[in-house]
Amino acid sequence: MNLTLDQITHRYSGMPVLHEISLEIPAGEILCIVGPSGCGKSTLLRLIGGLEKPDEGQVLQLGTPPEGCLNPLTYVFQDFALLPWRTVGGNISLVLEDHGIKGRAADAIIDDVLARTKLSDFRKALPRQLSGGMKQRVAIARALAVNPAVMLLDEPLSALDAQTRELLMDDLLALWTRAPFTAVYVTHNLNEAVRLGHRIAVLSRRPGRVREVVEIDIPLAERHSGLARLDEVQAHLWGLMRDEAMAADQELLDV
Amino acid sequence: MSDATLPGEPRATAARPVPFRGGGFRPEAKRGVGLMVFVVLLLVIEWGTRAGWIGNLTLPRPSDVGATLWDLAASGRLWEHLGPSLSRLAVGSLLGVTTGIAVGVAIGLFSYARAGLVPLVAAIFPIPKIALLPLFVIWFGIDEPSKYALIALGTFTPTVTSTYGAVDNVDRTLIRMGQSFGLSWWSIVSKIVLPGALPGILSGLRVSLAIGIILLVAAEMLGAEYGIGAYVLQAGALYDLERLFAGVVILSVIGVLVSWLIGLAEKRLLRWRG
Repeated sequence: MNLTLDQITHRYSGMPVLHEISLEIPAGEILCIVGPSGCGKSTLLRLIGGLEKPDEGQVLQLGTPPEGCLNPLTYVFQDFALLPWRTVGGNISLVLEDHGIKGRAADAIIDDVLARTKLSDFRKALPRQLSGGMKQRVAIARALAVNPAVMLLDEPLSALDAQTRELLMDDLLALWTRAPFTAVYVTHNLNEAVRLGHRIAVLSRRPGRVREVVEIDIPLAERHSGLARLDEVQAHLWGLMRDEAMAADQELLDV
Repeated sequence: MSDATLPGEPRATAARPVPFRGGGFRPEAKRGVGLMVFVVLLLVIEWGTRAGWIGNLTLPRPSDVGATLWDLAASGRLWEHLGPSLSRLAVGSLLGVTTGIAVGVAIGLFSYARAGLVPLVAAIFPIPKIALLPLFVIWFGIDEPSKYALIALGTFTPTVTSTYGAVDNVDRTLIRMGQSFGLSWWSIVSKIVLPGALPGILSGLRVSLAIGIILLVAAEMLGAEYGIGAYVLQAGALYDLERLFAGVVILSVIGVLVSWLIGLAEKRLLRWRG
């Protein structure tokens, strides 16, 4: 299933936050969206997944989601969004219950996604007992449980410390290599973008427009930190964003 | 160590530990202290009444109050009073609390309910419900229903207020998450909103039920032969301080028990908070 963003413009109480954004999200690829803070990247992600309606333009779904897909557009949130009163297993079963998947069928799915995210031993743990990195792995497991056609990741590693972020990036890469998924990955961290993105869309500061879409032709599995080509791309991205980021930093927030 | 020192600093100062400035602001559970306070207070009053520096019209002797309580229990009349009172409190507050939670959740979820009912609740809240007792007697008769109604109305308003506050405080990102996974409206309410509001609802219950106990006495002012409230009011009318205090002690014990029960419920239902 492919997604197409067609001329999306969005305003918050008259103030334009996104301006005529057009992007392609082909199946099996990770599209990273980077931009200075306040450029509307998280808003764009909410529009893509249908949590908000764009003022103009539309998000189009091409083709049908694959068989067994319970929730075609599935989010992973920055702050994990786990129910603190449910165990790890309970948090995953939450998204299955509404589809009538209970008992043994649910157990099989939960066991599978927990194994894929290396959480099998923590099925009965409560979120408060887990570290930030573990919580985000639970959230990723929950997203995998509904077998999404497109994963929408909203700064999934931004709440984590640098080491955990590195580990989770490896986990995401491993997950993708084993079973390629389609994803839109919003981040302000350029290093994450060059490690995980097949293509990287750079947004300008508010109102966000697409400044450039950078394509990286190195397969994800071969990317590691210190690769000269990646550093080059990262420097190029930073060159695009530097002045914008500086200007964005000095803007008064009155939205 | 080099002997380079910062300007203005004496060369060889004696080492001393950095003074501790942290700690505090974190009350801990201390077992038995609450009981100690009670015991000491009672002993002081006992001593004062025996020694004479507390007149016997100022405060009754705690041992006399104890004896009155003992007589009350031994003669079986305690249950005659306690039974009707507890059932009034249970029925009245059950009615008030359940409708209060239902209305509070509705206010928390629906714009029209909020716009329409919040001013109404704000208007009802400050009315001294005791003043409405004659009205309830006309509406519901002098028997039990008017007492239920008074306690129900009294517990209703604080429950509504705390419930919709609790619903408002449920983490919106969790609700957004539920929507993003395509959960039905009912699933979001029952699995995300209600459990998320439960801590606030339970702590609101403490206030509501305390108000319920206060109103229990008021409800027994009219047309009640038995009941702790009736007992206290009769004793008060006769200036029988021993019996008055015996009744007050029973009311306090009911309050402590109710609060303890809510604490127990919190411990069981909110285990996830740790």
